[in-house]
Amino acid sequence: MSIVELQQVSRHFTKGKQTVEVLDNIDLTIEEGDFLALMGPSGSGKTTLLNLIGGLDQPTAGSIEVAGQQLVGLSSRKLAQWRARNIGFIFQFYNLLPILSARRNVELPLLLTRLGGGQRKRNADVALTIVGLADRARHKPGELSGGQQQRVAIARAIVADPRILVCDEPTGDLDRETADEILDLLELLNRKHGKTIIMVTHDPKAASHARHTLYLDKGNLVREAA
Amino acid sequence: MKSFPLIWSNLFRRRVRTFLTLFSIVAAFLLFGLLRSIAGAFEMGVNVAGVDRLMVSPKYSMVDGLPISHLAQIEAVEGVDTATHMTWFGGTYQNPINFFPKFPVQPRFYFDMYSEYIIDPLQLDEFERIRTAAVASAELAEEFGWQIGDRIPIEGDIWLRGDGSNLWEFELVGTYRVGDEDTDFPSFLFNYEYFDEARVPETQGIVSNFMVRVSDPDQAAEVSARIDAQFENSINPTRTATEEEANRQFAAQVGDIGLIMNSILSAVFFTILLLTANTMTQALRERIPELAVLKTLGFTDRRVAFLVLLESVLLCGIGGAIGIALSGIALQALGPELEGFLGQIEISAATTLSGVGIALLLGVIVGLNPALSARRLQVVEALRK
Amino acid sequence: MWAQIFQISLLNLRNLPQRLGSSSVIVVGIGGVVAVLVAILAMAAGFSATLNRSGAPDRAIVLRGGSSSAELSSTIDNRQRQFVSTLDGVRLSSSELYTVADIPKRATLLPSNVVIRGVEQSAFEIRPEVRIIEGRNFTPGRSELIAGRAASEQFLGIDLGATVELRQSEWTVVGIFEAEGSAYESELWTDLAIAQSAFRRFSLISSMRLQLEQPAAVDSLQAEFDNNPSIDLSVTSEEEFFRGQSEFLTTLITGFGYGVALIMAVGAMFAALNTMYAAVSTRTVEIATLRALGFGATPVVFSVIAESVALALIGGLLGAAVAWFGFNGYTVSTLNQGSFSQVAFDFAVSPDILVTGIVWALALGMAGGLFPALQAARMPITRALRGD
Repeated sequence: MSIVELQQVSRHFTKGKQTVEVLDNIDLTIEEGDFLALMGPSGSGKTTLLNLIGGLDQPTAGSIEVAGQQLVGLSSRKLAQWRARNIGFIFQFYNLLPILSARRNVELPLLLTRLGGGQRKRNADVALTIVGLADRARHKPGELSGGQQQRVAIARAIVADPRILVCDEPTGDLDRETADEILDLLELLNRKHGKTIIMVTHDPKAASHARHTLYLDKGNLVREAA
Repeated sequence: MKSFPLIWSNLFRRRVRTFLTLFSIVAAFLLFGLLRSIAGAFEMGVNVAGVDRLMVSPKYSMVDGLPISHLAQIEAVEGVDTATHMTWFGGTYQNPINFFPKFPVQPRFYFDMYSEYIIDPLQLDEFERIRTAAVASAELAEEFGWQIGDRIPIEGDIWLRGDGSNLWEFELVGTYRVGDEDTDFPSFLFNYEYFDEARVPETQGIVSNFMVRVSDPDQAAEVSARIDAQFENSINPTRTATEEEANRQFAAQVGDIGLIMNSILSAVFFTILLLTANTMTQALRERIPELAVLKTLGFTDRRVAFLVLLESVLLCGIGGAIGIALSGIALQALGPELEGFLGQIEISAATTLSGVGIALLLGVIVGLNPALSARRLQVVEALRK
Repeated sequence: MWAQIFQISLLNLRNLPQRLGSSSVIVVGIGGVVAVLVAILAMAAGFSATLNRSGAPDRAIVLRGGSSSAELSSTIDNRQRQFVSTLDGVRLSSSELYTVADIPKRATLLPSNVVIRGVEQSAFEIRPEVRIIEGRNFTPGRSELIAGRAASEQFLGIDLGATVELRQSEWTVVGIFEAEGSAYESELWTDLAIAQSAFRRFSLISSMRLQLEQPAAVDSLQAEFDNNPSIDLSVTSEEEFFRGQSEFLTTLITGFGYGVALIMAVGAMFAALNTMYAAVSTRTVEIATLRALGFGATPVVFSVIAESVALALIGGLLGAAVAWFGFNGYTVSTLNQGSFSQVAFDFAVSPDILVTGIVWALALGMAGGLFPALQAARMPITRALRGD
């Protein structure tokens, strides 16, 4: 069963009088439970594609259906509510709020649910346990290493139990060893918890953890590999 | 208020900046509390006024005085329940700086008229019985350390004694309070009968005002008109108004204190508005990527805007509350110093409420623009930076 | 070193426009303090100047003994009046009747006390500052009055040629007079004899004005009164009399002005601190670069303080200008507790007051710049260069 369905999606950006075609007529289907790596040179449109799938951006043309929802034409308010339920985001620079403890950071998406304070805290602790940071719940991001911060970010991404994790260069700022740990964690989430993962990366070793790899070049999908 | 910890943490992200801003707001509302209370002290007479009381004054000037013979005629006017009188004594106790109003009155009738003044019935009996007796508001007695039985010398200026002296001496036989603490009013009352007998014979029989209680407060205007009509063609015509109106007219003689206070406060609030707005804009600018992250997590535009707005409302609200609390404390401390010439000053519930209201409004005004920017923030662009 | 300070300050000033929004906080904050301070002090100064202008050292005022401060509660009979006018040291005397009437103010329409003064011709000789500027003087024996310029401006119906009803009698306003901006300009003057009969005072007067041979005569006159058991009078130099009346309110307003300005100043100082901390933090890298290039810590400190003081000075000048253009010469009228009557006065923004305002602005600018400047100087260069 497909969970992501893109049909003839184009995305143009206008800068002044110049129009830049970042994505050109893309068709893409991703099956539920897949772990897909998106590779390609800088400027090939990887992040733009990711943003479209994650419901952060709207295409210039085409149709995008994710988790059973047509995203094209949704209001920003509807999109936000949809993201909260269906998507977990993981960024290269973690994007944690520096003023909040790890637990409070993880708890953020739960503020959008009807859960009570106690339940939110328990769920956040479960997510932190899954990423192996139960003992760092009270630490602030500044007191954690890069790898630990990325784990907190992953915990935040999964805490509301979304079906899809969208990762933009999740290991781009980490050393090899730490990067492998993070990738193992993502694999675990994919295999054991059934999360569909779409990951943009520059790193072929990172891509090797995925089930599939997709190459983007100048706005076109050029090759699909097993 | 699930987001409260988030807002709270954001507020104290830059402690120094937040505290400096907070202190400015505190200073503004400290001034608000003080100035409104001082203005309130000038207007206080207006508030103590009873709804069913009229004040009969000389038509042409309050310094003229009216003959005591008017009293019986006023009592006979239709719609008048009871009437009594008082006289402005002037006079000095020890030093001109010890200013407080002193009135010769009819003891029994006076306390009957001002039923909100509470006095021990035994002390009232003494007041009526002893010729040279006087009573003081408890506040005043406390201020000068008077005890029951003390002899209190007052130097007369308007009213001189028939024996050629201008030294009046009274015996303190009691103190009284105003039922509602907020409206206590320092004054010193003594026996009219003694006053009248002792003053220069040519000046005997003259009083300053008559106070009238009407049977039906709704008829106040009609009764006033009837009283004035009664004396219109006498050589001592009157002007009758509700106590409230009379007090307001007297307060207006000083000038528009309220206007002066409000002008100053406008200057203060304009300054604080600019300062706080600047802080909130700075705070927002630093936080744009984080707000974008919240949006990716599924926080709606409106919710993010609301978070920013609430932060500003919270900052201003806290500052306002502290400032007004401080002004209350300052008035407690300064009270005895200021009461000499302004009467009782206290921060009223109305001042407190309007202060908090203004603080919250300030928060909304200041936070509105940053909140709207936060709402417009485009996730994709903000994250790219 | 001065060259360094100059260079860095210049650099700061050059990028000041970029920080216009936050810099304006200092300007407006301190401007507000100065405007309020100057306006309130100008009010106190105006009030005291008006009353002090009313008195002259070689003039004296005689009142009933015991009513040393108020003409309103004083009465003097014919016998004592004769006695005073013939004393040694008195060059000229004027018997005057002083009472008040309620007339609505033009601004509020609420009745307020206006002084009515019945005078003899000698009153004009003793007070040469009183000059008719419109119309003519009253004619003795007729129900005519002349109004001070301020009284005419402040009170309803006091217009040249108008008829006003005062205490059941009708009067025609035949002239408007000036008295060099003194409190007399808030009064209505008429003929003594007419006033006595209209107000049923018979032969009584309220007070006497004396032109003395010399100021010191006051003391000998008082001694003369005290030695004569049938005389119950007190004499005060006119200057002292009016100073006594203005003292209380002037002190009150001045104290109030400084109190309000002080609290505002605290608020403005925090605002200035905030702005300067922000200014220092946005220039962290720039300052560290300068330090790395070999500029000393002192020039950095001075440059930050200089910026803060410069902004404060602009604020102070603006605030003073607002107070000057908004209030200088602005006329208000209040109840003078001393005379129990309305006295009109102009706000007087004097150079002294302007200087006080500017000094406050500079002090606030200094205070607001000091700590941020020290912080800038203490910043470790290497960390600051990385922009941490």
